[in-house]
Amino acid sequence: MNPKGTNQQDKHWLLRQENIRKLWIGFIVVLVLTVVAGLFVHQHDSFGVEDSFAFFAWYGFITCVGMVVFAKLLGIFLKRPEDYYEPVSTIDEAHHD
Amino acid sequence: MTELFFPPGLLLVLGALLMPLGLKVRNALIFGLPILCLILIWSLPVDYVFSVPFLGFELEPVKVTTTGRVFATIFCLMALVGGVFAYRQASTLELSAAFAYAGSAVGVTLSGDLITLFIFWEVMAIGSTLVIWSAKHDGAYRASVRYLMVHLLGGLLLMTGIAGHVIDTGSIRFEALQLESIAQYLILAGFLINAGAPPLSAWIADAYPEASPSGSVFLSAFTTKTAVFTLIIAFPGTWILIPIGIYMIFYGIIYALLENDMRRILAYSIVNQVGFMVTGIGIGTEMALNGATAHAFAHIIYKALLLMSAGAVLYRTGKRRCTELGGLFQSMPWTALLGTIGALAISSFPFTSGFVTKSMIAQSAADQHLMIVWFSLAAASAGVFLHAGIKFPWFVFFQKDSGMRPPEAPSNMMVAMSIFALLCIGLGIFPQPLYDILPYPVSYEPYTGAHLVAQFQLLLFAGLAFFVLLPMMKRTLTISLDFDWFYRRVFPVASQNTFSMIWKLDNVIRMAFLKKLDQGLAFITKRNEGTSSLLSRTYPAGSMVMWVTVILAVYLFLSFITH
Repeated sequence: MNPKGTNQQDKHWLLRQENIRKLWIGFIVVLVLTVVAGLFVHQHDSFGVEDSFAFFAWYGFITCVGMVVFAKLLGIFLKRPEDYYEPVSTIDEAHHD
Repeated sequence: MTELFFPPGLLLVLGALLMPLGLKVRNALIFGLPILCLILIWSLPVDYVFSVPFLGFELEPVKVTTTGRVFATIFCLMALVGGVFAYRQASTLELSAAFAYAGSAVGVTLSGDLITLFIFWEVMAIGSTLVIWSAKHDGAYRASVRYLMVHLLGGLLLMTGIAGHVIDTGSIRFEALQLESIAQYLILAGFLINAGAPPLSAWIADAYPEASPSGSVFLSAFTTKTAVFTLIIAFPGTWILIPIGIYMIFYGIIYALLENDMRRILAYSIVNQVGFMVTGIGIGTEMALNGATAHAFAHIIYKALLLMSAGAVLYRTGKRRCTELGGLFQSMPWTALLGTIGALAISSFPFTSGFVTKSMIAQSAADQHLMIVWFSLAAASAGVFLHAGIKFPWFVFFQKDSGMRPPEAPSNMMVAMSIFALLCIGLGIFPQPLYDILPYPVSYEPYTGAHLVAQFQLLLFAGLAFFVLLPMMKRTLTISLDFDWFYRRVFPVASQNTFSMIWKLDNVIRMAFLKKLDQGLAFITKRNEGTSSLLSRTYPAGSMVMWVTVILAVYLFLSFITH
């Protein structure tokens, strides 16, 4: 048995490569199903676009990409090191087992 | 029973002051007070008023409204379950402060006049500051002082506004106000500061993550939601609240996306969620106000649940940064599961509480044909899943393995989280009991095929965006600048520089003056040194005798001519 294989077996099932692949496949199947289901229902059409094909799917995806990219760009100007104002808080030191 | 036994808010506040009497007393009060308070609130009929005359005004320390009763109910429930979460780990100071804080929040929701409201408002500021204080570390102390400053400013605006309003109208009644004078704008500003509205939104993300694991749970519930309550009563349908709310929604998402501290992510998402409520209040229709009220109710539960799971992680690991966490689902599976339920509820996943409440606000925007508002709310719903629904559980409980294997959360914390997780799902599946206590009759059906499909598409594709963009989501050891930059950096540095310049200028002027003085004195001494100068010269006695004679002669002459 190669060391990589042993490593994979030691991991929690949720962290193993082959299961992550299965999760992705399952996720994509569910995504397709929601789009297909959209063909069978009629959206309350107030603004003329909600009932178009897979509207909420692409709208959700595009706006999220937009928000992440916008946050990333804003981060260039707004991000500062943690100790910018004062030394990093000492709360980290206490923990209870 | 329709007679008032005791003002419910005051009961919690006074009961909280008895907590230091001993551990047994304290624990009895933690469980007894909120339940007693709930019984009191529900034993009074709607529109019940208890009034006392005061300085020519008619105070109404207890006035039961349908809206106020919903808020008072959830505040009591929060105190109870928060008490369960905290009572074995938190200090008596924290619990006592938290209950006084909860009690004054209940007091606000039951006040019929602006004076009572203002008094409870200020007790809330003190109680919440003490909750932050009781975390007992330097960062918490400094954050609490900044927090207090913001709230004292808010209180000052509110008090000035109330005084002006009373002078203008002669009425102290707490009711719907028109934005007609500066006084009413000041009242609105006072309320909005507590809601976390711009520009002073930063206090939430600054102060809440510095509190103890249980402290931030209490803090998340009361201040912002009493502000939502006061806005519902005083400013329903005020259009300016719509852009303010939308701004808060996106501010919360963007800052949470940039954040690394797990509880600060959740603090930003409080602003985001309150933004939905503020937008609903701005729309102002019956359905929108119902939606804002119901969403506040649901929000308190799932936000507390999220902060409880984060608190349990902090308590067990002592770590607060996403960069140091991860993989905790392996040794804290229940905390991970319960926290994820909270994350699904905040994202308005179908069959959770957020789904049946937030959608009422979006629906009212559609009914009023507010297109931009509706599209913003839809995008924001996807964004909530992005910044809180996935980001929080993913980076804390999953992602890379941090190697830490902390034990599961203490049992009392687990009980508290389980109660709220059950409520998240219970309200999602059976929304009717919540709909029944809302201020207006509800004719809304959340579970239609169209709504389910729309929400699943929106959320799952937001999830796809998250995992596709995961490389861009990599956490960094950073904080983000916010409006607090002005009062934490610009003003201190600017005033320091100004003063040091003034000191320098002052120094230059003083030195120049001293030098001139020195020179003048040196000149005078030089003129007078030795025997050559004016004052040290010797004069012959003869000349002195001559001058005395002259003076006497003049005197003699003058005395002759005056007679």
